[in-house]
Amino acid sequence: MCDQTFLAIVFGPCDKCFKEKPLRPVYIKSEQLSYCSLCVEMMATEGLHENETLASLKNEAESLKGKLEEERAKLHDVELHQVAERVEALGQFVMKTRRTLKGHGNKVLCMDWCKDKRRIVSSSQDGKVIVWDSFTTNKEHAVTMPCTWVMACAYAPSGCAIACGGLDNKCSVYPLTFDKNENMAAKKKSVAMHTNYLSACSFTNSDMQILTASGDGTCALWDVESGQLLQSFHGHGADVLCLDLAPSETGNTFVSGGCDKKAMVWDMRSGQCIQSFETHDSDINSVRYYPSGDAFASGSDDATCRLYDLRADREVAIYSKESIIFGASSVDFSLSGRLLFAGYNDYTINVWDVLKGSRVSILFGHENRVSTLRVSPDGTAFCSGSWDHTLRV
Amino acid sequence: QDMTEKELLKMELDQLKKEVKNERQMISKTGKELKDYIESMAGEDPLLKGVPEDKNPFKEKGGCTIS
Repeated sequence: MCDQTFLAIVFGPCDKCFKEKPLRPVYIKSEQLSYCSLCVEMMATEGLHENETLASLKNEAESLKGKLEEERAKLHDVELHQVAERVEALGQFVMKTRRTLKGHGNKVLCMDWCKDKRRIVSSSQDGKVIVWDSFTTNKEHAVTMPCTWVMACAYAPSGCAIACGGLDNKCSVYPLTFDKNENMAAKKKSVAMHTNYLSACSFTNSDMQILTASGDGTCALWDVESGQLLQSFHGHGADVLCLDLAPSETGNTFVSGGCDKKAMVWDMRSGQCIQSFETHDSDINSVRYYPSGDAFASGSDDATCRLYDLRADREVAIYSKESIIFGASSVDFSLSGRLLFAGYNDYTINVWDVLKGSRVSILFGHENRVSTLRVSPDGTAFCSGSWDHTLRV
Repeated sequence: QDMTEKELLKMELDQLKKEVKNERQMISKTGKELKDYIESMAGEDPLLKGVPEDKNPFKEKGGCTIS
């Protein structure tokens, strides 16, 4: 004889429709509820419906992506280097390190030039943020952040403040003062709050607003005075690693790159993503607008740098070589946009001819990964920062 | 992020719909504009054409300078 267990029938209000009926136990997300049999039926079919709509949404997304590719392909009538065929080739380049800035106790993670073309702010894994005079190599200011891995730093357009942040999930602004008696850390202002590390920050055209990118997958625009969030930008599927603002003449947009291999162009006022590009094979470490604002370059862990034309809405050039297998951590254009400087994790800096797609020069000198690279505002020099604790100009 | 997969997909879908509608131009046109820009600015690009030693602010200094 088998044992028979009888289901005890509970009579009471259904957890879903609240009617008094015989109830059955139902498990939703590991919580136990009691539904009446009608609601159980409905829920079961809803589940099916849910899956159907999910699948149909996925299909629609795939087909739209296909359509987008098609539309973009229609414009691909020539390659950039074909357009540039008749442009003179560049000669041999001799670029020397003119200054070596030593003083950081650990890996240099980020740097930025001041608009005066001579001062540089740099930040490091040891938590220190230093302002240098690149002509004399003197350190003008130094601040110790309460966190390590200060991954982002930026100079304010006026030259009177710097912003930095990293593992503290915040972006803080420090006004620069020449008064030796004043403690810089005392005047610190916390402007941005993210829920994960700060990967990049930049002032907009004024000292009053800062744009930040974070490991939490979002970018945000903040008002420096009040610390208020002015706009947030959602859309990346993973950590956002870098951002760059469009040159002022071309309007209120910026581009961001992330671990989801996407580069996205955003409208700063509406918070909407205008265009997105997903052709890299790995994390995008650095994005930089082309001087005219009509294009941008990106450097990625897939060892390539790519140029995307915003008006043609597609990638127009890839800068890579079979011999380059290490990721590009940082990219920047020369003043005219003819040269693209890219710092790599194999300790070198490659200089690319933007139009022809060929490498013009390799620069050696750093003894560890190049983590950050920026051309000075007037284009007379560029500075690279590295995990070897130094910066070179 | 705490949105359901469905909501995430919907967002992606809306975004794609918007992007498909973007205006685009031919590379022959935009590429040419990039090239023209470079050519117009190339004369001013110090890293491209080099800087005469006496004007180079980063030149290694010889003797002492008292400022």
